Amino acid sequence: YIHKQSDLNERTCVEPNTSLADGNPMPNSPDSMVNQFRLDEENEEEQQGAINKDIFVTVDNPESHISAIETFITYRVVTRTTCSEFDSSEYEVRRRYQDFLWLKSRLEENYPTLIIHPLPEKFVMKSMVERFNDDFIETRRKALHRFLNRIADHPILSCSHHFKVFLTEEELAPHRKLGPGFLSRMSETMRAMANSVRGLRSKLEEFAVMQEYVDDFSNKMCSVDKVTNRIIKEHREYMDELKQYGPTYFQWAESEELLAEPLKGVGSCVERCSKETEEQIQHLSEVLVPTLHEYVLCADTLKAVMRRRDNIQAEFEAKNEALASRTTDKEMVDDLADRVEQANNALRGDWSRWRTSMRADLKSAFISTAAKNVDYYEKVSLTYCPSSLYAVCLQTSRTLASWFFRAALLPHRC
Amino acid sequence: MSDFFIRMLCISYNFIHYVKPSLELPGLFSVVRMRIASSADSSSNNSRSQMIMADSGSSDEVAVICNTDITSTESENNLINTMVERGTALLKKMEISVAEADKRTGKNTVNMQETYTVYLIETRPAESVSEEGTPAAPDTLWRRYSEFELLRTYLLVTYPYIIVPPLPEKRAEFVWHKLSADNLDPDFVERRRVGLENFLLRLASHPVLSNDNIFFLFLTEEKGWREAVLETGFQDKADSRLKSLSAMFRVKNPDKRFTALKHYSEDLSTVISQLLRIRARVADRLYGVYKVHANYGRVFSEWSAIEKEMGDGLQSAGHHMDTYAASIDDILEEEEHYADQLKEYLFYTEAVRSVCRKHELIQYELEMAAQDLSYKKQQKEELETGTVRIFSLKGMTSKLFGQETQEQRESKVAALEQSIQEGEDALKEKNAESQEFVEKAWNDIERFNEQKEKDLREALISYAIMQISMCKKGIQVWSNAKECFNKM
Repeated sequence: YIHKQSDLNERTCVEPNTSLADGNPMPNSPDSMVNQFRLDEENEEEQQGAINKDIFVTVDNPESHISAIETFITYRVVTRTTCSEFDSSEYEVRRRYQDFLWLKSRLEENYPTLIIHPLPEKFVMKSMVERFNDDFIETRRKALHRFLNRIADHPILSCSHHFKVFLTEEELAPHRKLGPGFLSRMSETMRAMANSVRGLRSKLEEFAVMQEYVDDFSNKMCSVDKVTNRIIKEHREYMDELKQYGPTYFQWAESEELLAEPLKGVGSCVERCSKETEEQIQHLSEVLVPTLHEYVLCADTLKAVMRRRDNIQAEFEAKNEALASRTTDKEMVDDLADRVEQANNALRGDWSRWRTSMRADLKSAFISTAAKNVDYYEKVSLTYCPSSLYAVCLQTSRTLASWFFRAALLPHRC
Repeated sequence: MSDFFIRMLCISYNFIHYVKPSLELPGLFSVVRMRIASSADSSSNNSRSQMIMADSGSSDEVAVICNTDITSTESENNLINTMVERGTALLKKMEISVAEADKRTGKNTVNMQETYTVYLIETRPAESVSEEGTPAAPDTLWRRYSEFELLRTYLLVTYPYIIVPPLPEKRAEFVWHKLSADNLDPDFVERRRVGLENFLLRLASHPVLSNDNIFFLFLTEEKGWREAVLETGFQDKADSRLKSLSAMFRVKNPDKRFTALKHYSEDLSTVISQLLRIRARVADRLYGVYKVHANYGRVFSEWSAIEKEMGDGLQSAGHHMDTYAASIDDILEEEEHYADQLKEYLFYTEAVRSVCRKHELIQYELEMAAQDLSYKKQQKEELETGTVRIFSLKGMTSKLFGQETQEQRESKVAALEQSIQEGEDALKEKNAESQEFVEKAWNDIERFNEQKEKDLREALISYAIMQISMCKKGIQVWSNAKECFNKM
């Protein structure tokens, strides 16, 4: 189950899950993604909404840009689309992390109660990772790729004007200056804060339940994430010891004659085991960890979404009260009431959509991890397998060896 | 028996599928007991047993006949390469085991209360079956570790040319964190019990040591054994032998074979110690990896409580994670057998080195005797011819202060002649002693080398089988977990 980048274009067997967090390396281009998608169409599962998918995006090719003021990384964003809203069918632009942040905040503003897939985190100075470390850049690139594709998959978000601008405009800078300015955003935040101090009059049962779930889910995701990181740490320490263990057998073999063969045999088995453990660690780091991490961030996103929904309701309730003291007019209150209705519906719809993709993503990541572990044990057990041992048995006892033959137990693999 | 055989064959990966998940591998030690039991049973088509009947009571070694056409019983017997392959007279007579361990309290040498462990030695005549078909009740006696030590010291002194099998360690070494270093810990006591049984069986299967009477009494006479040992007077020899281990002397013409052997045993000691140390660390780390997965079990269980569709899959996956975490205990316990097998040979190197040192002492004494003799001969020659070749104070004084009388000289020569005669006798004796030592020692060294090759090769094979078994368990658990995740 270890796919190589080159294999993907000629892939004949396809995983039924189209979730991009399933750990397979990124396709080379939107073209191959289209091909993959067409193959996937044969499969039934979880194609909801994706049947209408007509925007395919890839994020790749990180490059660093050095200017007088700063150094930053840009990523190439390639889009292939058949959507009629787009003037052309192919676009290629370069974007930096800030641009993604801009897109996210625009989307949050326009669709406050939709659940937007999280962006990878901003660089944290105190963390061990260097900003321009290759692993960091690669992890971020994959996460950015997922981010854009989730939006492209989303029936509502994919139609966002800002999304289109992001994908198509050569220069994003002029567009970034348009739109609600800093001040208006400030005032909205102030209003939200004021409202949250007041508290909500009444909260629909379903949203209370949702809130509780979100809090629990956040806890669980953090726990699973922590446990997974600890497992990786333990694996690493185990591998380090194995690296010292193997050579000891070879050292012993040097002072032996007849025992040299079996000793070297065991020594090389231990070495193989250590290599496999390394691969196991890599797999965990590339598949399970990023997925869990994203869902930890998702939990925060959900909390923010719940908060925004509450604010919208709070704003309405505030104005509604003011209606009694005639400091505001009915029209405004009606608008706000509509807004509440819209927000709630949007959240409801997106909630089930999110639940489905969450289930698919995590399921796929766990399955992949379990499969990798099975693979690990199969490989290790194979190295300890007969061909080296058979030779040893032969020396130990002719009868043991002859029994081997007689029982025809030599497996064809060896 | 056939159970073990099938397990041995399960070296084949494909065959693994048919193996029961819990692969309890009988250690070398318990294999020996089975081996003895089987050699008692299969008297009909085993050619060796015919020789048993013919040679009962003799101490000759019985050679193993490797037949080309192999019956299944014969191949089973040949398969299990143990020290019992060459049946000794003692083993033909009786079965030996260390069946139990128990705690006692008593006063020690400084009259203080102490708690110590005693071990039950069981002996029963071979091929003993009572009327009902069950084995007859064994003779038993209790021994404590210090008595085993006394036995071994006695053997070391009495048979200096023999590589005497080592005792299991007195204190737990190469311990990884889960293992206890406490002497009274039940696991440690159990492993020591097995080690002591192994020790006795090694002795019982040794062509020379198995015939020793003190050893026989150790197995059969509970009281009065200590006195019997002391009566042999081995302590005196012990004192003189002790100096061989600590004295600094140089041998002029060391025997190359012994030197090589000494270096080999030093290398072996170093490398096995290192191996054991690192293995303990690896065991520790592996323990950590497995145990951490128990946290998955806990978290998945909690998480499943808040999920609807995913709940069942998560919950059952969590159980498998718990199973996985728990499985490491048995796995590592089995690996301790492997460590014990290596430890035995680590301790064996000490015995090998001790034989080499004893040989050095004999060689040294031989050289000294020869040197002494040649000196005396030269003295005699000088006296006879009147020339002074060897500087001596007497020679000087006689030169300065006048010669001795003819009478004096003749009496001196006579005394020297006697001394020379004694010296020649001593030299002859030493030579004979040395040759005997060398012959017997190399005999035993060759026997030991063969035994070592077989035992260690088996240990390595069984280690590999253990690893495969561990992998098999891992495959099962993670396949099950994968199924559960599929149901999420």
